[in-house]
Amino acid sequence: MKNLFSLVLLLAISTLMFTACSDTSKVAENAAESVEETAKKSINVVKDQTAQAVTVVNKDGKGYQVGDKAADFKLKNVDGTVMSLGDMKDAKGYIVTFTCNHCPYSVLYEDRLIDLHNKMAAKGYPVVAINPNDPVVQPEDSFEGMQARAKEKKFPFVYLFDDNQQVYPLFGATRTPHVFLLDKDMVVQYIGAIDNNAKNPEAVTINYVEDAIMALEKGTKPDPNFTKAIGCSIKTKKI
Amino acid sequence: MIRLLSLFSLVLLVACNTTTPPEVKTDKQVETVAPDATQIPVVDFAGLKPIFTQKSDTTYIINFWATWCKPCVAELPYFIELQKKYEGQKYKFIFVSLDFPKQIQKKLLPFLEKNPLPGEVVVLDDSDSNTWIPAVDPEWSGAIPATMVYHGDDKIFAEKSFHDFPELSDWVETLK
Repeated sequence: MKNLFSLVLLLAISTLMFTACSDTSKVAENAAESVEETAKKSINVVKDQTAQAVTVVNKDGKGYQVGDKAADFKLKNVDGTVMSLGDMKDAKGYIVTFTCNHCPYSVLYEDRLIDLHNKMAAKGYPVVAINPNDPVVQPEDSFEGMQARAKEKKFPFVYLFDDNQQVYPLFGATRTPHVFLLDKDMVVQYIGAIDNNAKNPEAVTINYVEDAIMALEKGTKPDPNFTKAIGCSIKTKKI
Repeated sequence: MIRLLSLFSLVLLVACNTTTPPEVKTDKQVETVAPDATQIPVVDFAGLKPIFTQKSDTTYIINFWATWCKPCVAELPYFIELQKKYEGQKYKFIFVSLDFPKQIQKKLLPFLEKNPLPGEVVVLDDSDSNTWIPAVDPEWSGAIPATMVYHGDDKIFAEKSFHDFPELSDWVETLK
């Protein structure tokens, strides 16, 4: 009986993996298509490019810790517009998620990230996805690749390109996917994984990001406020 | 059951290693994974844990990698070179693959057939990463590749890619 259960579970995971992987292979086919219709849900186009003065707390060069105030940034979205957190006027927080096209762990979380945005943007916490990888090192993570993936998966959230690789080091992102939940004052409230089971959404028992948002909504602090998970290293020419 | 068996065999393997008589084998200290190695152990962290705490006179070089991880695959040749450097000495290489169990037959085995690794290959399948990643090393965020080297109580850990052989070799030498 136990064996049968294991077998069924294994089959389920396998099927999931297979589906996730076949999604990846489709991306290239759509690479040339435009993404003009990509919805910009909660972010307005940056009209004024003048940089705002921001208090940045990044003490040791290791990136933000929980409690630090994040600097705003301006990055190009898949629809070609330049976006910044400050433009999201109604936001009560931001689910800043470093992710990418190529990484199997990012792919595993794509649908869950869509669901998370659909559920949380309405409460004032949109997903802000950022691809930190250098496409010279990882060609699948090119801007065109991002546009294709956003279109194919109908991302309801913005998918920004950290093309100068200047934003992810500020955050201290080390892997994809890697989530930084900011509150409305852009103070980091949670760092880590989306939930506690990358490979099998059915087996998730703790939705870290959702729980953290619920805590903020209740006026309490997320617990845990920091988790670790396996992910792909961020791709740079040389570290 | 399969997992239990795998776990058992891994523990056995590690255990065997510690009981190996101290005389140095001159020809082949580390065995290359056979091309037809269809019985790669798949373990959870409890099954893997003994490889981090071997109290022997062997230096353990443990690399976390996956066939889907480009920088992991890119640095493997430097580990092969490192094994040649330490040929005949008490160094043991363990390659902990984070390939998905579903892809062992499809990806991992064909990869190993083409690129035999100079040590033991084991697949770690444990979803409770928030528990086991810090247990491997408190500094590890969970990105791969990552490498640990230890000898008794001395240990170094790096969450990084090695870009050439000297970089890896020099780093491993810092253990001493």
